[in-house]
Amino acid sequence: MSHLLEVKNLDVKFDTDEGRITAVENISLSLDQGKVLGIVGESGSGKSVTAKAIMQLNPGNTNYNNDAEIILDDENVLRFTSKDDLKKIRGGKVSMIFQEPMASFAPAIKIGSQMVEQLLIHKDINKNEAKEISINMLQRVGIADAEKRFNQYAFELSGGMRQRAMIAMALSTMPKLLLADEPTTALDVTIQAQVINLIKDIIQEYQMGVIFITHDLGVIAQIADDVAVMYLGSVVEKGPVNKILKNPKHPYTKGLLEALPDVNNLDAPLRPIPGNIPSPLDRPSGCVFRTRCPNPCDNCRNGKTEMGLIEVEPGHWVDQCCINCG
Amino acid sequence: MSENLISVNNVSVNFDYQENFISKKQKIHAVNNINIKIKKGSFFGLVGESGSGKTTLGRAILGANKISSGNVIFHDDERDYDLTNINKQDLKEYRKKAQLIFQDPYAALSPRMTVRDIIAEPLEVMRITNSRQETDDRVRDIASKCRLNLEHLRRFPHAFSGGQRQRISIARALVSNPKFIVADESVAALDVSIQADILNLLKQLQNELNLTYLFISHDLSVVAHVCDIVAVMYLGHIVEMAPSRKLFKNPKHSYTKALLSSIPSIDPENKSRAIELKGEIPSALNPPSGCVFRTRCPNPCDNCRNGKTEMGLIEVEPEHWVDQCCANCS
Ligand SMILES: Nc1ncnc2c1ncn2[C@@H]1O[C@H](COP(=O)(O)OP(=O)(O)O)[C@@H](O)[C@H]1O
Ligand SMILES: Nc1ncnc2c1ncn2[C@@H]1O[C@H](COP(=O)(O)OP(=O)(O)O)[C@@H](O)[C@H]1O
Ligand code: SF4
Ligand SMILES: [Mg+2]
Ligand SMILES: [Mg+2]
Repeated sequence: MSHLLEVKNLDVKFDTDEGRITAVENISLSLDQGKVLGIVGESGSGKSVTAKAIMQLNPGNTNYNNDAEIILDDENVLRFTSKDDLKKIRGGKVSMIFQEPMASFAPAIKIGSQMVEQLLIHKDINKNEAKEISINMLQRVGIADAEKRFNQYAFELSGGMRQRAMIAMALSTMPKLLLADEPTTALDVTIQAQVINLIKDIIQEYQMGVIFITHDLGVIAQIADDVAVMYLGSVVEKGPVNKILKNPKHPYTKGLLEALPDVNNLDAPLRPIPGNIPSPLDRPSGCVFRTRCPNPCDNCRNGKTEMGLIEVEPGHWVDQCCINCG
Repeated sequence: MSENLISVNNVSVNFDYQENFISKKQKIHAVNNINIKIKKGSFFGLVGESGSGKTTLGRAILGANKISSGNVIFHDDERDYDLTNINKQDLKEYRKKAQLIFQDPYAALSPRMTVRDIIAEPLEVMRITNSRQETDDRVRDIASKCRLNLEHLRRFPHAFSGGQRQRISIARALVSNPKFIVADESVAALDVSIQADILNLLKQLQNELNLTYLFISHDLSVVAHVCDIVAVMYLGHIVEMAPSRKLFKNPKHSYTKALLSSIPSIDPENKSRAIELKGEIPSALNPPSGCVFRTRCPNPCDNCRNGKTEMGLIEVEPEHWVDQCCANCS
């Protein structure tokens, strides 16, 4: 069976005043219906850029490589140029939710009007049907007084409620793929727990595929089936969440786990990963992590290795430089 | 000599609130009847969700917020300072001894200030040093203690990463040689690796400089790791307070239990669902009577539910304090 989504050999480069930046290099990912793929990594690792590529939301200074493919439902969305095609990936088959829900709502338009408008663009239905679907969806995500909220503006809602309204809007068109970019990062933990449970229930119910981006490994552990670990634009390790978190192979994944405070292990010291993330303008040659790696071999240290994932156990992929030397 | 550095006695802070000029004046009950003692040399944690009153309490202790009732005493080696009743001269002295690490001081600073200027400013404003040479020496000393590259002192902070910027704000807070530090969400916006680095730095500086911290955070895992003692706030009240390990192993208040269960476990096999709290935190304009948590409590007794209880911490085990309503009913 073919995957719902397949990203193959994707590079994303930006032209800037300081030169051409490599934000994402040669990444490949796949996602099946009803599954959650987590993407983790520190800020600047290329998580958002990857998600935006799927909806073609990166700005005009973006360059994709010619041999890259993003196959959604057997079509390469990177080849989409016509309005009708783009419509399919922007609010049609694909929806996106963000950390800041205000990014989804126009401040001067009522929540309900926006939901209805979006439905009318993507579905062959009339206004009344669109209203009914919207109100049902607001109820489904746990918003009390859905009829009242339908007639309110986003700024009138509390933070947690706004997050729910954004999710309702994203889901109302029944996308096959939901891109969730740090949707719980700004929330308090009790509200975060509500939103995670909501997203889990919804995946169960609608069987959509989800890409869930976060820098929080705890959230990943709880929501993802598979996870890809990104560093400076490269996927350095990927596989089933259990394998990645319990048996990490790449020093960067290990480093992230050792830096993390775990409430169930208060005696473990917090170990930062030494050094700083290099600027994407001077991306190291060879292994991108070599400038911070605790034990690179000579080949790594000199940038003589070539990155690329190899399968170390079923479904568990690790960068080859690392496997060969460590 | 007192073993405590700070005593907070029955402190409340209210803010006046008027929606518009014709509506009636109301009070925001930001902090209510707080009692805490912060021991010398401790790493005292204050956790709670946004709006629970952490920042307001921290600022009240620093003398940066008015105190509506109750008092805060700073027990210095030779004498006490009573913040509710302090003259200008003493307040100046106190400001040198008690400092805030800002989450992001840069917003309030001129972008033309170099790293050196930013760290030096408190010395100049408080007239602590007498010459440029003395100022520079102190800036270099604290910068190296904060593991800043001394060559960077001439640069501008916008060129630096989040971790370096945070070290600059720590150096700025420590340059006046304070004894007490309030760190308000000091690691909140940082990536885990940088967060670990900053937390280790705070610990190391504590030992080196004999500091006492009030560490404010909404992140329970971080607090569990660095703090010796933790107070949990909800809607302006401390509902539970205990040494960290006791609190995290054996939480007693329903709110603390729910909060701890909400931390997503790093173990993918541990799929226990969080105790889901209904709704959201009520408004501080109109907090519930009796136990402030009763409207969201998963299992309130009849007295709680009807707002018939009265809040206040009691010591249920040595050093483990829980709000009495909760201790009595569940
Ligand atoms: N439009 C753009 N122009 C130039 N650089 C960009 C643009 N968008 C993102 N970047 C850069 O690409 C890198 C990856 O960014 P991003 O995907 O947002 O990281 P993450 O989401 O993992 O924090 C960063 O270095 C960022 O500064
Ligand atoms: N200067 C102020 N004027 C009016 N209300 C305030 C002010 N500062 C804080 N508040 C209110 O006091 C309550 C506690 O806020 P705060 O101390 O900032 O909480 P926390 O730091 O835990 O997020 C909130 O309801 C907040 O809106
Ligand atoms: S490839 Fe080499 S430098 Fe890169 S992470 Fe692995 S061991 Fe370290
Ligand atoms: Mg991002
Ligand atoms: Mg605060």
